[in-house]
Amino acid sequence: MATDDLIQLTDVTKSYQQHTVLHDVNLTIKTGEFVAFVGESGGGKSTLLRLIAGLEPATTGQLTMDGRPINGLNTVARVMFQDDRLLPWMTVLENLSFKSRDMNEKVRAQELLDLVQLHDFANYYPNQLSGGQKQRVALARALMASPKLLLLDEPLGALDALTRSRMQELIADIVDQENLTTILITHDVREAAKMADRIVAIKHGTTGLTVPGHRHQTDEMAMIAVANEVQEFILSD
Amino acid sequence: MKKSNKQDKRQAENLLPWLIPIVLIIVWQVAVDAKWIDATYVPSPLAVLEQGVTLWQAGTLQQNMGISLYRATMGLLIGGAVGFVLGVANGLSRVSHALFNSTIQMVRNIPHLALIPLIIIWFGIGEPAKVTLVAIGVMFPIYINTLHGIQSIDPKLIEMGQSYRLTKWQMFTKVIFPGAMPTILMGLRYALGVMWTTLIVSETISASSGIGYMETNAQQFLDMPTIFLAIIIYAILGKVSDWIAALLESILLDWQASKGGR
Repeated sequence: MATDDLIQLTDVTKSYQQHTVLHDVNLTIKTGEFVAFVGESGGGKSTLLRLIAGLEPATTGQLTMDGRPINGLNTVARVMFQDDRLLPWMTVLENLSFKSRDMNEKVRAQELLDLVQLHDFANYYPNQLSGGQKQRVALARALMASPKLLLLDEPLGALDALTRSRMQELIADIVDQENLTTILITHDVREAAKMADRIVAIKHGTTGLTVPGHRHQTDEMAMIAVANEVQEFILSD
Repeated sequence: MKKSNKQDKRQAENLLPWLIPIVLIIVWQVAVDAKWIDATYVPSPLAVLEQGVTLWQAGTLQQNMGISLYRATMGLLIGGAVGFVLGVANGLSRVSHALFNSTIQMVRNIPHLALIPLIIIWFGIGEPAKVTLVAIGVMFPIYINTLHGIQSIDPKLIEMGQSYRLTKWQMFTKVIFPGAMPTILMGLRYALGVMWTTLIVSETISASSGIGYMETNAQQFLDMPTIFLAIIIYAILGKVSDWIAALLESILLDWQASKGGR
């Protein structure tokens, strides 16, 4: 394994009773890389992300992070889910620093709220925020532990087009700023092409097509061409 | 001008809940004064009030109220604590749930007031008997609601807690307990009603003090003002405990009320 490989999946399979969701997945993700998993609903994208997060074990095969097997929760990864999963009884600030009463945690939480442009909302409850604001809080919470790996499980799926576009820019900026290795799950092939270094199309429970994304690039036509290529692959029989 | 109209409207709304009780009392007083109803069986509100003042001056009223409140509070604390602990244990542990829940559900279906003869035989007519009966009465609503509250926590929040590596204690104090709180408080509110009902019955059947005893004793002398006074006191105590429960809800569940920030 090359030294800058952060995640390595070898012949990974995941089955629930008789139903196989993922089979023979082989994948390597490098440190600092932004990888997008795209595919149809039920194709196994989210399951793959959950295996990498350590939320579920693989049925067979091996997953390693930094060369060590992922057994149980992946301690250096943090997940941002499609639904914000904020604790409704805690304020925004408490949702970020709920693990500890340490003052440093509070300071870090304030810094992250600045980063996601929500510094004025520290004392608001989640039900006082819009969908986009809640997702920004969820992003800040995911960053609290300074993770090595950020796992984004369709975090923008429920947002309107304008908010979604703003969130894409915000996430891209933060990932750059914090130099995070990131995996994004999305249905939106254009979103994947715009944000990622590499797009992995998952079809019939395995990695089918891998193409370069257009992160940090401005050639919109090339980006659309990549998106179309991925879309055609996903929709083909 | 608009603001003052709004204030007036809010003041009127605050007074609205008092309207029906006040009208009822006035109608009651007028009906007795006009001899539409026999004062021997239904004394006027003023007669009830006068009796209240007399008993208060004699020290009887506060003594009986004090002992009733003590029984209610002790029963609520003991039964509530047992119900809560069992609810938490069975909500968090599958083994505990498998071991205890079926038996608790079976016992729950026995009307607790049916236990009165047994409790009198076991504990006599002293304080332990009444406190035990109240405790049994309030235990089940608290148990059921605590268990249901814990079982109804959004599994996604539990998963979030796990993925953020919360310890078991943090998971309970930060996610499970606050998440179950609305249902637990609903159970508490229901338990308060059960508490007073149980106390009234137990004090009426077997007691030598308390509001229920005062009422039963008055029945023997056809002392109608005291009987009405006891009933009204129970109504007031029930209302006050409901108000305390509502106050607790507004303090502990303030996040539910806060809306409209953005």
